[in-house]
Amino acid sequence: MNDGSMSEITPHAAADRAARESYGRLLAYLARRGVDFAAAEDALGEAFVLALQTWERDGVPANPDAWLLTAARRRLIDAARQADAQRRLAERLGAGGAPGTAEGELTERLIDEPGVIPDERLGLMFACAHPAIDAGVRSALMLHAVLGMEAAQIAPAFLLSASAMSQRLVRAKAKIREARIELEVPGAGQLAERLDDVLEAIYGGFGTAWEHPGGEPTWLELNEQAIHLGRVLVKLMPREPEPLGLLALMLHCHARRDARRDRENRYIPLDQQETARWDLALIKEAEESLRAAFSFGLIGRFQIEGAIQSAHASRAFTGRTDWAAIVTLYNELVARWPTVGALVGRAAAVSFADSPAAAAALIELIPLDRVNTYQPYWALCAHVYRELNNLPRATAALRRALGLTTDPTTRDFLQSRLSTAGESFE
Amino acid sequence: MKYAVLVLESQADFAERTDPARLGAYWGAYSAYGQALGQAGVAAGGNCLHPSATATTVRIRDGKRTVQDGPFADTKEQIGGLFVIDVPNLDAAIEWAARCPSASRAGVEIRPIVEMPTQK
Repeated sequence: MNDGSMSEITPHAAADRAARESYGRLLAYLARRGVDFAAAEDALGEAFVLALQTWERDGVPANPDAWLLTAARRRLIDAARQADAQRRLAERLGAGGAPGTAEGELTERLIDEPGVIPDERLGLMFACAHPAIDAGVRSALMLHAVLGMEAAQIAPAFLLSASAMSQRLVRAKAKIREARIELEVPGAGQLAERLDDVLEAIYGGFGTAWEHPGGEPTWLELNEQAIHLGRVLVKLMPREPEPLGLLALMLHCHARRDARRDRENRYIPLDQQETARWDLALIKEAEESLRAAFSFGLIGRFQIEGAIQSAHASRAFTGRTDWAAIVTLYNELVARWPTVGALVGRAAAVSFADSPAAAAALIELIPLDRVNTYQPYWALCAHVYRELNNLPRATAALRRALGLTTDPTTRDFLQSRLSTAGESFE
Repeated sequence: MKYAVLVLESQADFAERTDPARLGAYWGAYSAYGQALGQAGVAAGGNCLHPSATATTVRIRDGKRTVQDGPFADTKEQIGGLFVIDVPNLDAAIEWAARCPSASRAGVEIRPIVEMPTQK
């Protein structure tokens, strides 16, 4: 793994990472050779647990895939033998059954045991983001199937209990089986759209974690897992620019993780963050990804978002933010992908590049029913109307933003803005 | 579907209500939350309760009536109030519960409300 932090890895973390890599590769490998998805997951899950224990103690083996496959194979064969025993019993009781054995079928499918397991996770990733899979579960499914994360680890980020998350994953996997979703890369005609769904699913996992900073291990770990999925995708699709764009976007955001809160855990807005606390290694990797993406000459929305974050990052080198450039980028984004996030982001950039009045004009074009519970819109309104000296409107917007905030440190920050405005609850 | 969003508070949380240094932030946060619920069109009622120390518990057992000062359960976290919200499903209720100021403190309990048939 080339994420630049190998020197600090503990035996547990090394075992964890290697086992996760192997998990996803082997799941894809087995599933594409006709082994039942659920059976493969059960077997691999058990092998994974065993691997964690053994590898932490003895070190990661030279060929982790082979080790895990051997362990999983044993379990698959045991399960197949049990199925056969049950069937023979059923036959004896007159219930009948198809000829052949489950164990025989399994051994046939797993006949080729190559020294190196091919990395077929790309098909697995496309399956996880298939249109037939509920959009709300794709991020979690990808983290689970490709990286072997447990429902309990994923659940809090998606505001679900462990058992609720588990149920949704079970349903999604059943859908894969029932709808016979292939673990395949789609053909050229559908690739762009389906790839966008994959990227959206990866970014969904990252973004959910991003809203809750503050060093809680769960969130940071999820950020890093999402970035890892992004790196895997880039590795498996080296000629596609958008995966590189997404990776750049996530790396730039993650590079600022230590600057988002001060030493007393108070919220720091982006323009006030100490650039010395930004992770330069991640910024460098982000910029390399972006350069590589642009070399294909095929602009897409994740490349634009990555470029916007790149513009923010250059403050570390130039000492100022090029807001005009950011506005240009947002105009590109809004022209083809007018999401609420893009519309609000553009208005924010305009308030700095141009004037608060120009920003207010853009804000007023955003339909209210699209921002009913979208906190950043109200936070922006508070800023813009304060600049325009429209105190009643600014205060109302600040209150609304406060009421929609989930993070307590952001709440404190907005509260202090309210107090400065002279508003307080008597 | 209607849900009760039960605000849980510790004694320290209750104390903020009247602490001059904290009451602005305390009431500001809950007031903003209630307003946001209203503006989003999901508010369906609710009340703020006085702190648990003001509670009185009444029990009638074997014909004997006992009245005690204090809340029913002797837990560190007590109910400080509730918001009633009307949302399409549990996911939406959880999203709103996560915005409640007490979510990042003592906690929030969500419970679906039984829809009683209306009397004729």
